[in-house]
Amino acid sequence: MSANAVALSYLVASVFFILALKGLSSPLSARRGNLFGMLGMTLAVLTTLTQTPNFGMIIAGIAVGGVIGTIIARRVQMTAMPELVAFMHSLVGLAAVFIAISAVNNPVAFHLHVPLPTGNKLELFLGSFIGAMTWSGSVIAFMKLSGRMSGAPITFPGQHLVNLAIFIVMIGFGMWFFLDAQTNWMAFSLMIGLAFILGFLIIIPIGGADMPVVISMLNSYSGWAAAGIGFSLNNTMLIIAGSLVGSSGAILSYIMCKAMNRPFLSVILGGFGAESGAVAAGDGTQKTHRSGSSDDAAFMLSNADSVIIVPGYGLAVARAQHAVKEMAHKLTEKGIKVRYAIHPVAGRMPGHMNVLLAEAEVPYDQVFEMEDINSEFGNTDVVLVLGANDVVNPLAHEKGSPIYGMPILDVSKARTVLVNKRSMASGYAGLDNPLFYMDKTMMVFGDAKKVIEDIVKALE
Amino acid sequence: MELTVDPTISFLTVFVLAIFVGYQVVWNVTPALHTPLMSVTNAISGIILVGAMLAAGPVETDWGAWLGGIAVALASINVFGGFLVSQRMLEMFKKKEKKGAA
Repeated sequence: MSANAVALSYLVASVFFILALKGLSSPLSARRGNLFGMLGMTLAVLTTLTQTPNFGMIIAGIAVGGVIGTIIARRVQMTAMPELVAFMHSLVGLAAVFIAISAVNNPVAFHLHVPLPTGNKLELFLGSFIGAMTWSGSVIAFMKLSGRMSGAPITFPGQHLVNLAIFIVMIGFGMWFFLDAQTNWMAFSLMIGLAFILGFLIIIPIGGADMPVVISMLNSYSGWAAAGIGFSLNNTMLIIAGSLVGSSGAILSYIMCKAMNRPFLSVILGGFGAESGAVAAGDGTQKTHRSGSSDDAAFMLSNADSVIIVPGYGLAVARAQHAVKEMAHKLTEKGIKVRYAIHPVAGRMPGHMNVLLAEAEVPYDQVFEMEDINSEFGNTDVVLVLGANDVVNPLAHEKGSPIYGMPILDVSKARTVLVNKRSMASGYAGLDNPLFYMDKTMMVFGDAKKVIEDIVKALE
Repeated sequence: MELTVDPTISFLTVFVLAIFVGYQVVWNVTPALHTPLMSVTNAISGIILVGAMLAAGPVETDWGAWLGGIAVALASINVFGGFLVSQRMLEMFKKKEKKGAA
């Protein structure tokens, strides 16, 4: 294939990728979108294959990776999606670093000039340092999400200064690499080594609760790494696809920060979101709450005309999605209107709760986003809060409270609120929740799955 | 004045416009599908496979080409894993649609 034909073919593949993202605007068109994505990737790979004589190694690599990828995609639990995504970001980062090293070693393979022009060197530097940071950052995110490492932030004095110093030294080696007329392997390797270390250091102080932001951010990085490599290889395919991914991740980070009412910078600088943050809870005064049994809850639910279920991550931890669906089914059979309200940070990554409910075969037209359902709580009889806390905390409306301004689900406007929790403990923000002490609120303590199964029995 | 544009400028043009396209398209993604969005973009960032193939491409395989071969395998995990897991998730959203209609 001529260079022009290759470029045109890449253009078509890029359009397919854009259509893939466009398809995700609705569940109806999403599957077709995903097919477009596969088509685009197939085209891009076949086109590149015409440019590379060494078929054997490439086919072998694709076969090995393909088998591993397929097995992982089939086996992964939906609750483990955040870990999987973090794992895959790390692979993109590492691949970017390997490609950059390979390009420095043999520029001819990439149709680049020998010795490497300064411009390409600069871009290789950018691509490989973003790639290296994506790799090590994602490895930490993966370990924190999968529980192989504590979710608590790891901080030490002078952390930001250390990071800054490493960053400056790394840039220094990068400059040395691209200003040197020769291929300066030492500067290049030191730069990559420091970028790896920096990736670790940047992610360790970020706590478990902030993981949705971290995943989105690393998603963005992995795109920028691909785009950076695209610049250094003069390859439009990589530039376009990388930018699409990069901007997607950036938007998701923004949405997550907004949903948690946290400035992006403070998430990145870390030290917040500790699971042990619960110490700050309560002001010492004894407040009374009303608690009831599953039977009481079932009675209230069956007497309602409309019910909104607010699932939190506690529900997923208890693996109670199917039981909830069962309960909703029973209520619907009695002619009760059942809907679900999802807060953007209900899961461990953007949109996670929607997938968990979809897995339990909850019809997606019963599932509503926060903005769409918040006005509905006022004319709802019963709200059932399952394993959610901060996202329904009315303190968010009170000036001076630490979570003031955070968008919440206004469940306290409903006539009756049922809250299922294991205990009265606080959420991630370490705040007490006035909702639990309202007259209209009844607490139902216990494991979410057990409680819901009991409600289902009582409804029969 | 030079008459030909430095290719880097053309690439920069493509880059900036692609970011805008991404921005527009992604804001239209329904929040319910943000997890599949992430797995699809994960698969798309597997496009780095193209770079890896070039690295593994030369007939004379030195250590750099082997590194490229490893990168091909890593990127392929992303491509296959990303698209297939998205497919799996999106199927879940489909099943409900049928049942809801029935």
